Amino acid sequence: MNYKIIHKTEYSYTYPVNLCYNEARLTPRHHVYQQCNDSQFVVEPEPKECRERRDFFGNTIYYFTIQQPHNQLTVTVTSRVEVKGRELQLNFSEARHHDDRDRVTSVAEHLAWEEARQQLHTDSDPEILEMRQYVLNSPMIPAMPELHTYAEQSFTNGRPLLEAVEDLSTRLYTDFTYDPDFTTIATPLDDVIKYRRGVCQDFAHLGIGCLRALGLAARYVSGYIETEPPPDKQPLVGADASHAWFSVYFPQLGWVDFDPTNNQMPTDRHITVAWGRDYADVTPLKGIVFGSGTHALSVSVDCKRVF
Amino acid sequence: MTDRKNWKVIGDSYHNTKSAGQQIDEMLSRDRQINPHWHSFMQALDTLGLTEMESRHKEVQRLLRENGVTYVVHGEQQGHRPWELDPIPLIISNTDWDAISTGLTQRAKLLNLILEDLYGERRLIKEGLIPPEVVYAHAGFLRACVGLIPSGFPLLLNYAADLARGADGRMWVLGDRTQTPSGAGYALENRTVLARALPNLFGEVGVHRLSFFFRSLQNSVLDLPLQYEFGQLGQLESASRIAPHQKDNPHVVVLTPGPLNETYFEHAYIANYLGYTLVQGDDLTVWDGRVWLKSLGGLRPVDIILRRVDDIFCDPLELRQDSRLGVAGLLEVIRQGNVIVVNPPGSGVLENPSLMPFLPNIAKHLIGEELRLPSAATWWCGEPKQRDYVLANLKQLVIKPIYRQPGGRPLFGSELSRTQLDTLRTQINAEPHLYVGQEYIHFSTTPSLVEGKLEPRRTILRFFLFSEKDGYAVMPGGLTRCEGERGELTVSIQEGGVSKDTWILAPEPEPHISLWQQRTERIQTAAASDGLSSRAAENLFWVGRYAERAEGQARLLRIMLDKAKMGKMGLETSHLGQVAPSTRFTETFGEEAREVSELTYLRSMLRSLTGLTSSHPGFVNKGEQSLESELLSIMLDTENSGSLVSTLQALVSAAYAVRDRWSTDTWRVMNNIENLCTTLENSVPKDGNTSAQILTDLVLQEAELASLDQLMIFLSALSGLNAESMTQTIGWMSLDMGRRIERALLLIVLCRSSLVAVQDEWIEDLLLESVLAAAESLITYRSRYRAALHFPTVLELLLLDEDNPRSLLYQLKRLQEHIQVLPREKLAYRLSEEEQLILEALTQLQLSNTIDLAERSAHTTQRNGLEKLLVRLAQILVDISDVLTHTYFSHSQPSVVSNQLLERDFD
Repeated sequence: MNYKIIHKTEYSYTYPVNLCYNEARLTPRHHVYQQCNDSQFVVEPEPKECRERRDFFGNTIYYFTIQQPHNQLTVTVTSRVEVKGRELQLNFSEARHHDDRDRVTSVAEHLAWEEARQQLHTDSDPEILEMRQYVLNSPMIPAMPELHTYAEQSFTNGRPLLEAVEDLSTRLYTDFTYDPDFTTIATPLDDVIKYRRGVCQDFAHLGIGCLRALGLAARYVSGYIETEPPPDKQPLVGADASHAWFSVYFPQLGWVDFDPTNNQMPTDRHITVAWGRDYADVTPLKGIVFGSGTHALSVSVDCKRVF
Repeated sequence: MTDRKNWKVIGDSYHNTKSAGQQIDEMLSRDRQINPHWHSFMQALDTLGLTEMESRHKEVQRLLRENGVTYVVHGEQQGHRPWELDPIPLIISNTDWDAISTGLTQRAKLLNLILEDLYGERRLIKEGLIPPEVVYAHAGFLRACVGLIPSGFPLLLNYAADLARGADGRMWVLGDRTQTPSGAGYALENRTVLARALPNLFGEVGVHRLSFFFRSLQNSVLDLPLQYEFGQLGQLESASRIAPHQKDNPHVVVLTPGPLNETYFEHAYIANYLGYTLVQGDDLTVWDGRVWLKSLGGLRPVDIILRRVDDIFCDPLELRQDSRLGVAGLLEVIRQGNVIVVNPPGSGVLENPSLMPFLPNIAKHLIGEELRLPSAATWWCGEPKQRDYVLANLKQLVIKPIYRQPGGRPLFGSELSRTQLDTLRTQINAEPHLYVGQEYIHFSTTPSLVEGKLEPRRTILRFFLFSEKDGYAVMPGGLTRCEGERGELTVSIQEGGVSKDTWILAPEPEPHISLWQQRTERIQTAAASDGLSSRAAENLFWVGRYAERAEGQARLLRIMLDKAKMGKMGLETSHLGQVAPSTRFTETFGEEAREVSELTYLRSMLRSLTGLTSSHPGFVNKGEQSLESELLSIMLDTENSGSLVSTLQALVSAAYAVRDRWSTDTWRVMNNIENLCTTLENSVPKDGNTSAQILTDLVLQEAELASLDQLMIFLSALSGLNAESMTQTIGWMSLDMGRRIERALLLIVLCRSSLVAVQDEWIEDLLLESVLAAAESLITYRSRYRAALHFPTVLELLLLDEDNPRSLLYQLKRLQEHIQVLPREKLAYRLSEEEQLILEALTQLQLSNTIDLAERSAHTTQRNGLEKLLVRLAQILVDISDVLTHTYFSHSQPSVVSNQLLERDFD
């Protein structure tokens, strides 16, 4: 499946800004099922400096500075992405045995969650040692007893990890109300738990927090979903802006994505941009602005299939 | 010789202090004999005697206070507190030192390799030598800093370690300092002060000098660009690397979080000592991929930053977003290789006790060596067996979090109550990987002078290393800290510990070395790096203004108190004839009325003077206040921001913000001013006495008058030092412009409040006399005119006499001289705004005529011409101050982070 994505961010300032430094994580990543063929940044006013690099997680960062007075900043990113071979029910984003997918699938389907946790904490495989960082607290997902309590229900004794996470994801979908007016970027996770409301970012953080509370490795994925559904499909929630979901690590096998906002496992309608421990690691656009006054923000995303 | 009876100074009590612990004493051997390396010192001390030593101790404390050596204590509102130095040094033998310094060098090399690995490939984690949580759960591991600097460059440039000698006689490493190690400056100051207090001892004992280390540090810093450039070849091709001329003469700055930081004294001290510019985050900006200093003359490129700002505050873009202490975009400039930061951000990951249990293995793995200096035995609770051990032995251990929060302190199991132990146990069980347990080391004791006697005190040492071409240079000395009170478990300056000089015995005497003995080709460095930041210039400007204001206020207050006192005591004198008021006045209103009206005018002068600070709500709004309470308020009320004490506080804090700019003598004067200010503040009794009573008491005790006299002397000393001892560069100009503007404004206020209204002749005479006195021109007037006071002549002397350094014209001329040479772009034939303003002021003043100014205007009781001129001149001066601030101090770039683009932009 080929997509053309146009992501436009606009800041309007009440007083001119003289100087700003910015970091954008808006370039879709490559992974086993995804190829980003092109990604173009257009920034207005024209940046004095711009540079691309990879961050710790392998996401592409576009760094730019503007050194002239401006009342408005527009960042438009146009990307062309090919998503392929992700029609299967079980998708490992980093499967090391993808040549023998049936075997991998079968192992993954039967792996009890306790066993996955055991491997994660005792195996000295270099990859597993690296993944242990995703068990730890992260800036926006602190440890909370409520998370453990909530997760326990899905993680009964000996239950396969895959089944348990699917159940958790479905419960998040059912128990929590999608409410774009309730939370802001600053809403702490315990408020989301308390009021059972939030948006995709909150649900992803919740899922991750639950998994980590049980000693499992989970990470945050930011991306897009197709704006217009194909004729035979339902429209997805979160299509008009950036989307977010979570991913769980199966020792030795790889990562599997879950989208609790839409109660499904991402297939070919989800485009991955970046991943990290939580939102703070993959903020689409952040910056330091020198100037007085306030700003208004508008964001639009258009993600279309191209044939 | 080694028989203890020979040593009078030690006394039996020292030997008999059999402490509860198993610790040993630095001075004594196991059989309680004096160790050989202490002999010469103890002999000298024996000759000197403890009584003499005690008086030297006082000398030491006096020097430290006068030099303004301070340490800011967390949570204390009063801010910085004086540094404590015990006059008995800690002595380390030459052989002992060899082992320690070799061990420290090995440890620094090892830590550098670990740092490089953690911010590079992280093989130590992947190969199982370091458990992932030790790094990934440590808040000092900054993902943004991974790959910041290409591999192969030294990362740990500046390193310090805390050591203590255990009961077995070995030195143990208690902790590593790798972000912004502090203490080297204090160690140097300790040495400097002790060398003054005990000049002969150093020669007799034979002590390693510290200056070698600082000279080598200076050279290493200058070599950094070359080192990085050299390693760079074959790594990356980048044209934007540090420009060639910068490699030979890099611009080095010391980045400090500011005067509120606990070790700010040291930042200023080190910057001053090494000849680097002291800057705060706001002074720097990233522009065109480089770091620049916002200086009075425009942007100056910066090549090397010695930072004292913690890792996470270095760059609000990539690290802590709410940081105001760092520089936005700094990390990207480091990535581009356009600036070298010492140490690079991220190095705090090594300040991590959970690394300690793994160091021996890592050492074998990375350098194939055993650790020469062991770390204190440490158990990391992230491993179940070690955690179980820690939980089982909680009461005997020291518990530390793996990441030290600012102000956090280790917990001593033996000090905790049962409930506290339970809480700790729960915390460890919840997140075991965040804690370590460390063996409680029975630190060795060392003799300290306590109330005239030697007493054993437990001791920790901090040693300092700086990277040089082929390894590390170790400072042959260190910062020794010992417990303030006997039996304290922590030994930290933060918690009341006392510092000591650390003497490493030299095999033979060393020559004296001065930092001036530099390689010849680098001599110009110091001069060229005299970059004055705009912030520093602004502070100097305000030092000038506040110093002048304080002087004016103090002088006026003194005159008033004098009069008030005379009034109370019934004395009537005047120096200038015509003592008596006109008979008519006295007949009509009586003596008392005369006294009252005289004071009324002085009071109005004072009031206007306060008005100059544009902050006198409590003053003007209270309606009819008694003279006494007004006087008290204007002198001593800290709430009144126009009061004398408030001005003094503002003066001291502006001076403190540019601490590195002052000579030792200037700082001593500043310290005296600060102390006097505190005395003044405390002189007001807190109980409910009426202001009148308080004032009467104060005046009768003459305490206030004496303080004011002293203050005048200090302020004059400051002004003298400013005029005669500061190099007359742009910094001095900023200060002097501040003085000139303030002095001119004060004079205008005085004249307006006393001379504009037309008064009875005798009152006018009194006022003229007061104004002349307040403007320090009374003597000039008397000696020059030897006549009764004559209004136009007084005006001539005060306003238009160019030879009178107190006259208005004199101030404006000096101001014009400074303004003309300020750095600015040429504007063809047009004058800059500030040039136009000063020209207008001078013209207006010089075109005026004192006879006309002294004329009373028709149908009024005022001299309208005088009033009009003074109002206009005051306005121009205020405008000049604003233009200077706008053009030179704040620059075109606003330096406030006003918002952040961290926004919710998804569904």
